[in-house]
Amino acid sequence: MTVIEIRIELKKGVADPEGKNTWKTLESLGFEGIRGVRSVKLFEVDLDMPADRAVAAGEEMCRKLLANPVVQSYKVAVR
Amino acid sequence: MRAEDVKVCVIRIEGTNCEDEMANAFEMVGAQAEKVHLKQLIGQAPAGFRRSLEDYDVLAFPGGFSAGDYVRAGAIFAARIKAGMGGEVKRFVEEGKPVLGVCNGFQILVELGLLPAIDEVMSDSPTAALYTNDSGRFECRPTVLRNESRGKCAFNSLIPRGKLLAIPSAHAEGKLMSMDPDFVSKLEDNDQIAFRYVRPDGSGADYPWNPNGSPSDIAGICNPAGNVMGMMPHPERVMTRFTHSDWTRGYDSEVGDGRIIFESVMKYLEKK
Repeated sequence: MTVIEIRIELKKGVADPEGKNTWKTLESLGFEGIRGVRSVKLFEVDLDMPADRAVAAGEEMCRKLLANPVVQSYKVAVR
Repeated sequence: MRAEDVKVCVIRIEGTNCEDEMANAFEMVGAQAEKVHLKQLIGQAPAGFRRSLEDYDVLAFPGGFSAGDYVRAGAIFAARIKAGMGGEVKRFVEEGKPVLGVCNGFQILVELGLLPAIDEVMSDSPTAALYTNDSGRFECRPTVLRNESRGKCAFNSLIPRGKLLAIPSAHAEGKLMSMDPDFVSKLEDNDQIAFRYVRPDGSGADYPWNPNGSPSDIAGICNPAGNVMGMMPHPERVMTRFTHSDWTRGYDSEVGDGRIIFESVMKYLEKK
């Protein structure tokens, strides 16, 4: 079995209200020195296939469901 | 086509929550509306419950949080439609039958590729996104819309151009985004902008009158043919004067501002 990690990130230049809000809240709790907070989404998928096919399948999953190409980019890696 | 013969399919799955109001709105303007679960349309229901999309004249996607807004708002509902009945939905649109999406319904139409659909009837992957509001919050508030349609949109056909309608918004992801830098001007050229947010005096909106930061204050768009329309605010919530946000403060119409959108699509069908 192959386990892939699918990481969905916001594209550069797309505002990240969740990250920004979290940053402000962390500072309000007294955390110092924060230079940035970004929200990302991570999916782990267990696949019954070899690694190369699993990565290709993961990329297809992103195209068909997991990422909206207008605002998000994705990375698929074998764990 | 007579109003009483118009059959509306209000499609639902787990997590949609405005299907009652949506069906009621169509019934108030004389149509027959039925709330139909996606499984009834894709053969995953007992024989007596099965329905076929081609038997309906209007398809309406209600608001809510379909599939819990998992992955992205509307993404799972859209993917399940594509997998189970994508071809039927595409044919429905190609036949010129009206399709309405409100709030989460608009998000589903964008994820389905039925909006903005600038280059094709239904794109394989989304060409726009309804992204998190600039405020980062769920915005539930009165909003004022100006009819921007120059005549193409079936859902605006009875509304005078420039008329203001008070229709409330309630969403966390309503900012319309595209990768195309000429997106707004293309929508304008194609007469695809149905509604813009404005201030109550009709001037350009800024927050909170534009609740999400949508570029050019866009609140609703239609496809190039004009029969598919998606909007973030909820017209089905203001069918009567008593649900108008200012009904105790001098609002003098007998009906709510949302009603004319449903009357417009009935008029469009009457001519067909």
